[in-house]
Amino acid sequence: MRQRQRPRHIQALTAASPPDDAAEPGPARSASQLPAALTVVGFVALGLLALPIVGLLQRTPWSSLPTLLGESEVLEALRLSLVVSVAATAACVVLGLPLAFVLARRRLRSPRVARAVVMLPMVLPPVVAGTALLFALGRRGLVGQWLDTWFGVSLPFTTAGAVVAAAFVALPFFVVTVEAALRQAGDDLDEAAATLGAGPWATVVHVVLPTIRPALAAGAALSWARALGEFGATLTFAGNFPGRTRTLPLETYLALERNPEAAVAISLVLMAVALAVLVTLRDRWMPR
Amino acid sequence: MTVLLDGCVARSGWMLRVDGLEIGEGVTAVVGANGSGKTTLGRTVAGLDRLASGRLVIGDTVADDPAARVFVPAHRRSVGMVFQDHRLFGHLRVIDNVAFGLRRAGADRAAARRRAREMLDRVGLDSETWSRRPAALSGGQRQRVAIARALAPEPGVLIVDEPLASVDSSGRAQLRALIGESPARHTLLITHDPVDVATLARQLVVLDGGAVAGRGSLAEVTASPGCEWAATFLGANVVPGQAQGTAVTAETGLVLTVATEAAGPVYVTFPAHAVTLHRDRPAGSARNTWQAELQRVDVDGERARVHLGAPAEVRADVTRRSADELGLCPGLTIWASVKATELTVVT
Repeated sequence: MRQRQRPRHIQALTAASPPDDAAEPGPARSASQLPAALTVVGFVALGLLALPIVGLLQRTPWSSLPTLLGESEVLEALRLSLVVSVAATAACVVLGLPLAFVLARRRLRSPRVARAVVMLPMVLPPVVAGTALLFALGRRGLVGQWLDTWFGVSLPFTTAGAVVAAAFVALPFFVVTVEAALRQAGDDLDEAAATLGAGPWATVVHVVLPTIRPALAAGAALSWARALGEFGATLTFAGNFPGRTRTLPLETYLALERNPEAAVAISLVLMAVALAVLVTLRDRWMPR
Repeated sequence: MTVLLDGCVARSGWMLRVDGLEIGEGVTAVVGANGSGKTTLGRTVAGLDRLASGRLVIGDTVADDPAARVFVPAHRRSVGMVFQDHRLFGHLRVIDNVAFGLRRAGADRAAARRRAREMLDRVGLDSETWSRRPAALSGGQRQRVAIARALAPEPGVLIVDEPLASVDSSGRAQLRALIGESPARHTLLITHDPVDVATLARQLVVLDGGAVAGRGSLAEVTASPGCEWAATFLGANVVPGQAQGTAVTAETGLVLTVATEAAGPVYVTFPAHAVTLHRDRPAGSARNTWQAELQRVDVDGERARVHLGAPAEVRADVTRRSADELGLCPGLTIWASVKATELTVVT
């Protein structure tokens, strides 16, 4: 049976399929073709991203792992890392939530400038961030000198300084995530709450925060992961003092010279944490 | 208590202007084409939109007066609202959605839930749905929750935006009764449904292009609707009756044949222009033919609206020319006819 003449471009696209007299054409596969070069380079890039992980796993001294991670320096750094990253995450939530509300709900005079300032720590080299923090909050810094004379507080080279450095680089992750959720939620529910007698605070507490709870959790997890891995800004602003500012990433860097196997072990721990965060967030961040 | 609105609301490139609108007790229906400002009117009374100029008085409180820098925010007004898109709180169970307003007013959880159950019962929601979240409900069920939620705190003013649009026909009568009850409440009913208007409204406001085109009782506004849209809308005939199969017996005895089967109390609606008039009994396929007494003819431009009396209050729109040709005048007995396919059955 002769098939109805199809337009030429459709003929071309269907040329590869067997000559079908099948009654119903099934759901067609996408007919668009990817240039071969794109496919090849794409897979090469994927391999490049996977390579370091494979390298790390290949060099991992599995049998001595418990001993390596049980060293007192490592345990010390681990404890400090947990304290610093959790404190930094708390700071991100306390400061970032109001900031996200301001960005999402207030009509700002120059929203682009505000958003650029928020995103800056994401793209700034961490060393630059640390340097900038030093000149702002250092003992001679713009604000730091007043902190010193009025309150006797000096941030550089203290655990508090490490928290500040980590919070500075981690804050955008929380703010951006929560702001997006606030925008998506819109103010429809706020209006409904207002007509039911809920004032602004009651609306935030009883309606908005519960509505964006998944984004709050995701933002906190992302900023925590970023704070945990913070290296450059911490080293520059808070220095490298065991028990005070020497967190896991700094310990890793030092261990690389002293005992490379220990460095591999700590790296493995940090990577496992990063993967765990990724898996936890997969529904939000990774398309199925 | 009354609600008095006199002023302008500006939205981007568009304005609603209301001069001295008084919303009394009972149901005031707001009708008008899409974009005529119905929802903006409701939002202004609720405090979700601000007046650009003028004054809004609710009871003995000035709620909005930009010149005097007075604005009572929505949560401090005793104005409830049922939104067209429901706007239920997705993180709360149905029962806690309904209890929300009571909780904000200071009721403890147990008391708020007790009242919420009562309200959910009254809007006809199965108790098995009460602990579900809104995402697990059908559109009609959500609308019922939204109505229960707005009614629960017993607001002095209730704004209902297209409340029955997504409710299946079997539930409409029940919800309509709920909206229409408690005559002391001021209810602003934004609607596209002629049955709502015919059965609930004590007062009618017609909006057209951001201005009030007509207001008054249903009879008054029907006599001078103020705009073409309202003329067509109000020309819709609404005949209550009892359905049995495809036959509907009107309360006045007229039997109408309809295209869809139904049972029990219904409303039959059909547009005024679907009714044709004849001096002699018409031949042809129209099933619904009856003899009626002509009560009045209103001529408006090229259109003549003919009011028929017993056996059913029906309006017919004909051209002025055919009104002249038929020699229509009050007191005349005339044949009316309407095709079964033009009739809509509403329960």
